[in-house]
Amino acid sequence: MEVELSDIGSSLIPMSETKDAKSKGALAPGTPAPDFSLHSTPDQTVSLSDFRGAPVILAFYPADWSPVCGDQMALYNQILPEFRRLKAQMIGLSVDGVWCHTAFAKDRNLHFPLLADFEPKAAVARRYGVYREQDGTSERALFVIDSKGVIAWSYVSPLGVNPGAEGILAALEDLSPSQERK
Amino acid sequence: MRTHFSPKLVLPVSERDHISGPANAPVTMVEYGDYQCPYCGLANPIVDKIRRELGDRLRFVFRNFPLTEVHPYAEHAAEIAEAAGAHNKFWEMHDMLYAHQDALDDRHLTEYATSLSVPASEVKRALTQHVYADRVREDFMSGVRSGVNGTPTFFINGVRHDGSYERESLLAAIADAAR
Repeated sequence: MEVELSDIGSSLIPMSETKDAKSKGALAPGTPAPDFSLHSTPDQTVSLSDFRGAPVILAFYPADWSPVCGDQMALYNQILPEFRRLKAQMIGLSVDGVWCHTAFAKDRNLHFPLLADFEPKAAVARRYGVYREQDGTSERALFVIDSKGVIAWSYVSPLGVNPGAEGILAALEDLSPSQERK
Repeated sequence: MRTHFSPKLVLPVSERDHISGPANAPVTMVEYGDYQCPYCGLANPIVDKIRRELGDRLRFVFRNFPLTEVHPYAEHAAEIAEAAGAHNKFWEMHDMLYAHQDALDDRHLTEYATSLSVPASEVKRALTQHVYADRVREDFMSGVRSGVNGTPTFFINGVRHDGSYERESLLAAIADAAR
């Protein structure tokens, strides 16, 4: 997916107001996060339920290699120590295949799993309500899932805008006091 | 439960910062940058031009945002800029690093520091003892918490600029902020 700098201005309009927003809407906070198992490498799979007991960040992004995605994943990679401090596991997901993910992760020196939502295509993105039928890719969408497997926060960014990490960190910090009390 | 966030500068500009331009300028532009980032390198002459054009109407601030996982030389480059800053040569070093993005290893960083008369002891403190690492980290985290989403990211009067770093785009945002 190519994103021109000139597109970024127009993409600042919230997704719900743009004509091309076809996804039905991301799963909202309070919803149990649908479980899934996807390949992270050609011979390894990762299940959401593997991480039960700790918060999980799901970062859906449209495609490996596009400039904005690279920035977003590079940023999360750099902030991994902060996510770990908050006991959270970062997971990236796109419709790219495992070999593509493997090459991308190696090129960008990524230290968290990228899952291939590849076959059946975008099955997980569809269940989370963040598939873009007309593009064949997912939205640029973030979910923070609490230690019990319930969605605590979700955010769909305009496609051309890297949402950064502040929303994720704020959501994780909102989670941690209540988790400490339990 | 927070369901929304708005990208705004959370660490106000203060004496801790590298500041160019008057405190009473109507517009303050803060850049979060990485000396090894090619886009930051492309943006720097544009920012320079804008600074010259606007003169006292703009206050410019630079903070470090080294993405070391993709830019292995960015951390030391940030640290040597801080070392130069301790000897009032921050902006000279800043421009030198951006002008020499293909040569940012320690040997070259030391050469640049020497050419700006930064004492050898200071270079050693920066590159061997990493006395400025905490400061660079503080810059970085302030950027993360402000919604920096890549480099360069600009904040104009505290609001993240989501447009491009082209001159026209930055000037238009600065003009809006000055109104």
